[in-house]
Amino acid sequence: MALVKLNTPIDEATIRSLHVGDSVSISGRLYTGRDAVHHRLHTGVKPPVDLEGQIIYHCGPVMVKEGDQWVCKAAGPTTSSREEPYQWEVIRDYKIRGVIGKGGMGEKTLAACKEYGAVYMHAIGGAAQVCAASIKRVDGVDWMDLGSPEAIWHLWVEDFMAIVTMDAHGQSLHKQVFEESKERLSHLKA
Amino acid sequence: MTAQPLHEVRSQSQLFESILELIRRTSTQLPDDVVHAVNAARGVEKEGSNAAVALNVIGCNIGLARESSLPLCQDTGTILFFVHTPVGYDQLELEEAATDAVREATRKGYLRQNSVDSVTGKNTGDNTGPGSPVFHFEQWREPHVEVKLMLKGGGCENMNAQYSLPHPDLGGRDLKGVENAILDCVLQAQGQGCGPGILGVCIGGDRGTGYAFAKEQLLRTMDNVNDDPQLAELEERIVQKANQSGIGPMGFGGKTTLLGCKIGKLNRLPASFFVSIAYMCWAFRRRGFTLDLQGAVMNWLY
Ligand code: SF4
Repeated sequence: MALVKLNTPIDEATIRSLHVGDSVSISGRLYTGRDAVHHRLHTGVKPPVDLEGQIIYHCGPVMVKEGDQWVCKAAGPTTSSREEPYQWEVIRDYKIRGVIGKGGMGEKTLAACKEYGAVYMHAIGGAAQVCAASIKRVDGVDWMDLGSPEAIWHLWVEDFMAIVTMDAHGQSLHKQVFEESKERLSHLKA
Repeated sequence: MTAQPLHEVRSQSQLFESILELIRRTSTQLPDDVVHAVNAARGVEKEGSNAAVALNVIGCNIGLARESSLPLCQDTGTILFFVHTPVGYDQLELEEAATDAVREATRKGYLRQNSVDSVTGKNTGDNTGPGSPVFHFEQWREPHVEVKLMLKGGGCENMNAQYSLPHPDLGGRDLKGVENAILDCVLQAQGQGCGPGILGVCIGGDRGTGYAFAKEQLLRTMDNVNDDPQLAELEERIVQKANQSGIGPMGFGGKTTLLGCKIGKLNRLPASFFVSIAYMCWAFRRRGFTLDLQGAVMNWLY
């Protein structure tokens, strides 16, 4: 298990060198996108930014305007499984290289990660202040009509910590841990 | 049960000010008993493991939120008030002051705008509306008021589970069946409830009272030992077994899957046997105080 530094945009070879269990420290651009964004992309609307090589962060941040600058007050990950119906398409169509969220995702996303070269990275759920501390600037926002938590925020981060839990080799830590824990608990049954 | 907007009168009242401070502390400062449990777990995980990384980040986050007086987690959750009042005390007045305090806390950013119309999808913007905040009132024969507040996030609330025994895979209507049901809930939840988790459990009741009483178990401090020796033993066994499952913090794998388990029982109908489980995330925000009849804080709890 290595600590890997990633700078966005990321190329395919770098992504394919990552494995389940690796810690990553991300610097550069993150675009937030959760339910409403994925749903809108799914209906065929083109994204307002070039997503190639970029990372989508499943997050509904708390943003406050100070003067004419947006400041991020809390920005932990939200549950990713809600984007499972859409995520594979976004990976395929817009060549994103990574997704950050919590709780992991399912088979469709795992297959898309393998086929198109992407990874799922798990941030620490609930760690809203640690995540916010690594967000150095908010450079812009799109699709504000979806409401602030659902909009596409352009974040600039330094050393944002996450763990690779689904890689581009078809491995999922979530699947592994589920199977192992199921086995162990079956032996512990009362 | 929507309260009238009484800002002019009430924004000055001591009751309002006290409850606003209760909300601020609850959202930004994890209670000591939970902090101790998290810190103890940090010593258990292997250095450099993903589990240790997760717990270190959680520890950092607890400190940052406290220092900056910002929400521990951006999901400030369901707002649950548990209130005891002396006989003859005006509970409606307290409900109105608390509702106003929730509005003000939302404006100040201690609470996220978290109350959405279930049909139209419209956010009320101030955390009030049907069912929000939630109040559980009880009378008691003490001369003062007690208010406990719990914030329970959506991620962990989604991992709650209710079992009806007997169950073909889990067993019958006895403590073995109960134990297997609780461990199944832990298995299904994996890391999705932002574990390490704390479980509140109710054996019995109906489907409604069971869940409510399960949440009430979470008002017990982490080190509180059940008065019922059989349940005390079960609580301990559940934590031990869950921590052998290998699920670990955030479901990354590791030794800390649960920080605690608190179990209570209610009588049931002969025909039913429910086990209701409230899964609480590590961001276990629970605080409380006692108030005099003017609404001034006498003692902080937890
Ligand atoms: S489950 Fe708890 S820690 Fe996780 S996002 Fe929700 S409120 Fe925060």
